[in-house]
Amino acid sequence: MAFVNLKNKEIQVKIVYYGPGRGGKTTNLEYVYKKFAKRINTEMVTVKTHGDRTLFFDFLPFDIGIINGYDVKIQLYTVPGQVKYNATRRLVLRGVDGIVFVADAMAVRREKNILALKNLQENLAAYKKSIFRIPFVMQYNKIDLKEQGIPLLPLSTLEKDLNGQLKIPSFAASAVLGTNVVATLKRIISMTVASIKKDLK
Amino acid sequence: MSYTLGQKQLDKIEDILTQDLIDNGVRCVFLIDMAGNIIANLDNGEKQHDIYSLAALAAGNFGAVSAMAKIIGENEFSLLFHKGKTENIHFNKITTEFLLITIFGNDISLGFLRLKVSESVEQLKVILEPLVSL
Repeated sequence: MAFVNLKNKEIQVKIVYYGPGRGGKTTNLEYVYKKFAKRINTEMVTVKTHGDRTLFFDFLPFDIGIINGYDVKIQLYTVPGQVKYNATRRLVLRGVDGIVFVADAMAVRREKNILALKNLQENLAAYKKSIFRIPFVMQYNKIDLKEQGIPLLPLSTLEKDLNGQLKIPSFAASAVLGTNVVATLKRIISMTVASIKKDLK
Repeated sequence: MSYTLGQKQLDKIEDILTQDLIDNGVRCVFLIDMAGNIIANLDNGEKQHDIYSLAALAAGNFGAVSAMAKIIGENEFSLLFHKGKTENIHFNKITTEFLLITIFGNDISLGFLRLKVSESVEQLKVILEPLVSL
């Protein structure tokens, strides 16, 4: 759970972007970093391999100001999406407070999305957390590819595949163009902060 | 895991870190948990580091090292040291959940630092061990 420092009146909140490889998790963070560069006074940390894929995680911290007298620091993480990096994914999930699942809307990635979601459920279970109880937002990324004639999954299929049981807020987004990137982030922050408030009471 | 530290405990932690480490010439010391949260953070006022990024990377790094230890049949590697030209960094595990990180210059010998760190760790354990209730 979030770390609450009663002495400095500070809350550190951990939000993790999860999803299949090459789905746009890092691109989401990069857009946020660009968009809010003025308010983020540190550099985005990213650990990449030569091929520009996320090896370990990306990390982006920023302040959202004072809530109920506490200085709230949001820390955004991404996980490496590639199947073989499950050990690192599990590491990054440690102490997670809220999750954004970045699904790839391309038709060819349908199965990858479903497998990644299942993998998330298993990894959360290792920390005794339930996918049904944690603050969680779904994002269907790459909707901009439609204009280039690339076959995409219809939103109804994505909803049925990934959000049929969860029934969490979902956004059709384009991380490259920035469509709904901020909306996704705002939603997960408000859900996570609300859940922490409830825990604190 | 979930835990709470009160004002008294945090004060005590800062006292230990100040007396054992900062007063002995360590530039910067911070106590984090394995999720990358910062519990205490002190420095001698000379340099400001981006501690939030440092904590996130340190927790990840330590997690990776622990996984390596398991592969070669060790339970854990309890400490890590990186040497630079002018700055050095030392990581010491306190319990399974907490990590103490110190940044120091070449004016302190590694042996002395390790001695001081292990003295602090013993004292910190008394406060932190009862918290682990995973």
